Amino acid sequence: MNTQTAATTDYRVCNTTGLSVFYKAEFFTKANAVLAVIFLLIGAVAAILLALTRWSNVMLLDDIWYYRMLTLHGVNMLVFWIIFLEMGILYFASTTLLNTKLFSKKLAHISLGLMAVGAVVTNYIILAGQADVLLTSYPPLEAHPLFYLGIILFAVGALIVCYNFFATLYIAKKNKTYEGSMPLVTFGAATAAIIAVVALIHGAIALVPTFLWSMGWTEMMDPGIYRLFWWGLGHHSQQVNVAAMVAVWYFIATMSTGAKPLNEAVCRGAFILYILFINLAAAHHLLVDPGLSSEWKIWNTSYAMYLAVLASMIHGYTVPASMEVAMRRKGFNKGIFGWFAKLPWKDPGFSAVALSAIIFGFIGGITGVTLGTEQINIMAHNTLRIPGHFHATVVGGTTLAFMGLCYYLVPLIFQKDFYLKGLARIQPWLFGGGIVIMSLGMSFAGTYGVPRRTYDSDFSGATLETGFDPVAHIMLGVLGIGGVIAFLGLLLFIVLVVAAVFFGPSLKGKKMPTWQSPQEQKMTDDLISKGYEEEGKDYHVKTPGTVVLVIVFLLSFAIYYFANWAALADLWHIR
Amino acid sequence: MSIFHPTGNWFRSPTGAERMWIGMALFWCLVMSITMPWWHFQGKQNAPSETYKVEPADFIQRVSQFVEAHQVGEVNNVPIVEPPPGGDAYLLGQMWRWYPVLKLKKDQTYRIHVSSADLQHGLSILPQNINIHVIPGYDYVMTITPTTTGEFSLICNEFCGIGHHMMTGRIIVE
Repeated sequence: MNTQTAATTDYRVCNTTGLSVFYKAEFFTKANAVLAVIFLLIGAVAAILLALTRWSNVMLLDDIWYYRMLTLHGVNMLVFWIIFLEMGILYFASTTLLNTKLFSKKLAHISLGLMAVGAVVTNYIILAGQADVLLTSYPPLEAHPLFYLGIILFAVGALIVCYNFFATLYIAKKNKTYEGSMPLVTFGAATAAIIAVVALIHGAIALVPTFLWSMGWTEMMDPGIYRLFWWGLGHHSQQVNVAAMVAVWYFIATMSTGAKPLNEAVCRGAFILYILFINLAAAHHLLVDPGLSSEWKIWNTSYAMYLAVLASMIHGYTVPASMEVAMRRKGFNKGIFGWFAKLPWKDPGFSAVALSAIIFGFIGGITGVTLGTEQINIMAHNTLRIPGHFHATVVGGTTLAFMGLCYYLVPLIFQKDFYLKGLARIQPWLFGGGIVIMSLGMSFAGTYGVPRRTYDSDFSGATLETGFDPVAHIMLGVLGIGGVIAFLGLLLFIVLVVAAVFFGPSLKGKKMPTWQSPQEQKMTDDLISKGYEEEGKDYHVKTPGTVVLVIVFLLSFAIYYFANWAALADLWHIR
Repeated sequence: MSIFHPTGNWFRSPTGAERMWIGMALFWCLVMSITMPWWHFQGKQNAPSETYKVEPADFIQRVSQFVEAHQVGEVNNVPIVEPPPGGDAYLLGQMWRWYPVLKLKKDQTYRIHVSSADLQHGLSILPQNINIHVIPGYDYVMTITPTTTGEFSLICNEFCGIGHHMMTGRIIVE
């Protein structure tokens, strides 16, 4: 591929995809991915300690360290790991996929430095015991100023990466490095970046005044207003994760099965729905807050008629349907689910993404929309049902998809091969399975009212005694066991990735080794190489398997949703 | 090919199964968005919204007056207070207890004012599993009608410092 803007010394041609990989951008993809995995490991150590503490028969940590580790876990997983990796995706999606150089290397260095310093400072101050305020740091709880400053520095760095990303899109368009519209994966990444900017602005409104207050320079921000804006950061950043995750779904679907988006207009329209309607989602955390009217809560809860939920349901169809079409075009036409059985399950990148889509949809999505219903939230707010939900979205969904991406990132960008491929094949199942078990344990414990963010579920030592049903304690045990399994899956992931990146056989000048049989890989390559040449040809391939899957999904959704209303009707009357 | 740019005019209306699914999903979204306002008018369980601004010191004073006026007993040094049916009751969240113990009558409606003396708290009535958020400076009025009798635990489910997991209270319904 020739470019009008780049000299041949600026890039290499990928031996697998034929795309141009620009060295400068590649460095920043790598650097962000490495930092992401470091903070993932810190968050994971905290995670296993937390799981073994909430498991009420184990209670490993003491109370101070439980809350400290909970702060550390939330900040490293939900902020540092996931955003570093997303920054890596932005560098990749804006340069390689658009065949252009990065806009500014200098800005990229500055942003990387700010983010790294911010992350280190925040970790330091938490471990020093100066910031036991949990991720949300609700005032009047007060942390050391460095806690807020670290997160602000990190956020400013992330904002600069987004700017660099948009500027790169601009120069690519201006220099005509590609024709027509940008690829869908870049479109999804752009969606994530746009929502990220909105999220970070909300974060600044909440955290900058709180930092000034912690310095003693200003009055405390109203805690109710703080919650409104903090969740403008907290929930929007989950939509960044969703958009980035869906972009990864499309990317892996193409790379592993040769799938092509069925209908670009539908897929892109669904991304636009995220941008337009996700702004309202902060309300989900404020449904049983004082100071907000029912009208405000109901309107915002429904995301204006659930149009962002509609977007996810559309992706939930188009991603598997595009794979079904690809598989049927390869000749796997047997029955309704013959194609499903023949999917490249031996490819950990694929199986991670397939599990991610299933966990995100069936557990994370269904529980999220249901718990985020204004009235049902009465039975869920601040119980373990909430972490039960978001571990299925952000861990079983986003983190697992990002792990799947790493199985492609390492050979394609780091140009290194994996060792222990048999273990790599089971890794997504181990991690995904553990997260499902843990998430179900949390959700069921939460239905008994077991609180989140609480060291001792039995409140021993309280003046007025209380306690939970023994079944709730069994569920806390399920949480613990799931946590241990997921931790093992995560450690295995880190071992595989670190061994490959630092010690793996070089793949320079070689094609990415296939996880499939050579014949299957050839069929996939053929589909990819045809690209958009056969536009319209596969649009008439029927997708009965996917139709059955999405109808099962819709039925599960409806049953869970109405079962919750039925449970709500048994409560005391409250208004 | 999600990694290549589509060529030509790629805009196309959805057809077939895709169109059907978008229609079904949109219908379901509409069902859910109608259910909420419907329940708001017809259902008996809705998130409270009545709120007043209050200084924590003033609220603490109102709680003391309420306890003085209606105290009927004591448990573990915590006063048991029986508000008049249909009347106002007060519940204070503070590090680390819910104060006082409330004694209510089944099928009577009470306006329970909840607020915090210090940090944010989460009021959780168990085993009912009714949960609301409590913020200092906000007097949150929960209009509640107990429909079952017995002793109900109150716990805190928002982190409020190192004694958070010892913050409890009680509601007795007769």
